[in-house]
Amino acid sequence: MSILVIAEHDNSSLKPATLNSVTAAQAIGGDIDILVIGSNCQGAAEQAAQVAGISKVLVADNAAYGHQLAENVAPLIAEVGAEYSHVLATATTTAKNILPRAAALMDVQAISEISAVVSADTFKRPIYAGNVIATVQSSDAIKVLTVRGTAFDAAPAEGGSATIEAIASAHDAGKSEFKGEEVAKSDRPELTAAKIVVSGGRGMGNGDNFSMIYSIADKLGAGVGASRAAVDAGFVPNDMQVGQTGKIVAPDLYVAVGISGAIQHLAGMKDSKVIVAINKDEEAPIFSVADYGLVADLFTALPELDSLL
Amino acid sequence: MKVLVAVKRVVDYNVKVRPKSDGSDVDLANVKMSINPFCEIAVEEAVRLAEKGIATEVIAVSVGPKQCQEQLRTALALGADRAILVETDESLEPLAIAKCLKAVCDAESPDLVLMGKQAIDGDNNQTGQMLSALLHCSQATFASELSLDNGKAVVIREVDGGLQTLELSLPAIVTSDLRLNEPRYASLPNIMKAKRKPLDVKTPDELGVSIAPRVTLLGVELPAERQAGIKVEDVAMLVDKLKNEAKVIS
Repeated sequence: MSILVIAEHDNSSLKPATLNSVTAAQAIGGDIDILVIGSNCQGAAEQAAQVAGISKVLVADNAAYGHQLAENVAPLIAEVGAEYSHVLATATTTAKNILPRAAALMDVQAISEISAVVSADTFKRPIYAGNVIATVQSSDAIKVLTVRGTAFDAAPAEGGSATIEAIASAHDAGKSEFKGEEVAKSDRPELTAAKIVVSGGRGMGNGDNFSMIYSIADKLGAGVGASRAAVDAGFVPNDMQVGQTGKIVAPDLYVAVGISGAIQHLAGMKDSKVIVAINKDEEAPIFSVADYGLVADLFTALPELDSLL
Repeated sequence: MKVLVAVKRVVDYNVKVRPKSDGSDVDLANVKMSINPFCEIAVEEAVRLAEKGIATEVIAVSVGPKQCQEQLRTALALGADRAILVETDESLEPLAIAKCLKAVCDAESPDLVLMGKQAIDGDNNQTGQMLSALLHCSQATFASELSLDNGKAVVIREVDGGLQTLELSLPAIVTSDLRLNEPRYASLPNIMKAKRKPLDVKTPDELGVSIAPRVTLLGVELPAERQAGIKVEDVAMLVDKLKNEAKVIS
């Protein structure tokens, strides 16, 4: 078995999401290489070479790959991936955008968001918003998989000494152009990597009231999330959404404040180790998954919690 | 310009599905079926383009069993001009659906294909990207805003870090995220009118497409149930439990 893991990175550094796919690759078993596709991405490549258990890091460094445009990156993955038995990437928005395109170019039916490896060709994955877990077996010669990050621990980021090899192949389809991005600047940890996440829902009432959540999060060193209802109501930006259609998180501690617990929200956080729910409605479904439930008005509970931390 | 919009027939989002008793698949007997919510958003976007005079024709396409005609009629009631069903009773994977849609695109040559970012049954999030690969055209997934200008599509995408803006040359595939728009309800007169709009039926064979499955479903199961814990009396007790019992804060 030879497994290719597609690196998630920002050119200068490797993102921790990559390490979850490395663990999934180890569960499949075999030689593991990492492919870093980017522009001026030597920094990310050097970090990838440090990851424990990696044989080789392949680097395709070209201006056309700078913004991970699917039309340019997918043909490269299809080309390089043809030499492997498995191609994996952690299911970030970048990988979800690119990997199915690469799979189609390889004439492979990709398997999305695996949550467990049963064998080299058989995997478990959530369907119907996580209400059901399917076990699926692929008959394609090459398996193309995205990996649900929360289902696999991160592999050690250090301890390896893989060789780094440059790939000259460049694809510039010229079909799309990157025009800009609005990246939320925050000193708080990334939602999907945070050990503690505090999320607010529609019960917060408005965006200003999220300051209570930010204050508590900063005392705990936590990331801040939100329910779809809070995002749809315009309280906070979309990248904070936790849930089936937002980010999937599984921190050590998840605190849900003013969140009723719609199924699509639960799908995004129910694998958290400890769940706390604060809601004034004691019938709220969130309490059915909470380890510690506090039936209280959040506008009195949050200031009190803040003062006790 | 010609806009093609793909719609999938799925279990209604209000239905909580259960595995069959033998665990072979989910039990879909007698459950309510609807148009996939993300596809509905795609249809709405296509209809708005028509209302703005940008789209000159909106074609709704579905791939699946005969009953998909219901969802196509819904798309027609929402404002699509005509519909095409690629009819098959086989179970379909994203790659097979993308191949069927590619064959339809080859025949219709749309300038823009709008689709949902994923269907709420299989949660695959693949078909749009695969269709774009097969057509060798541009793609923008997870769209929260779409505008068309000077033969280009400008799309704002919802990505992990925030929002990204891409400019695509046409033809392009754009898949909708939740916040692209809020779909309208079909009015009764439009539902009646939709019954008379043209709906063509083709088969994968007629399109020359192989839909043989690559992935076998070995079984389904319920996820591990999470047990509800305890209710705490007050904030002080909560903090105490988190520090001393769960030991997740210090």
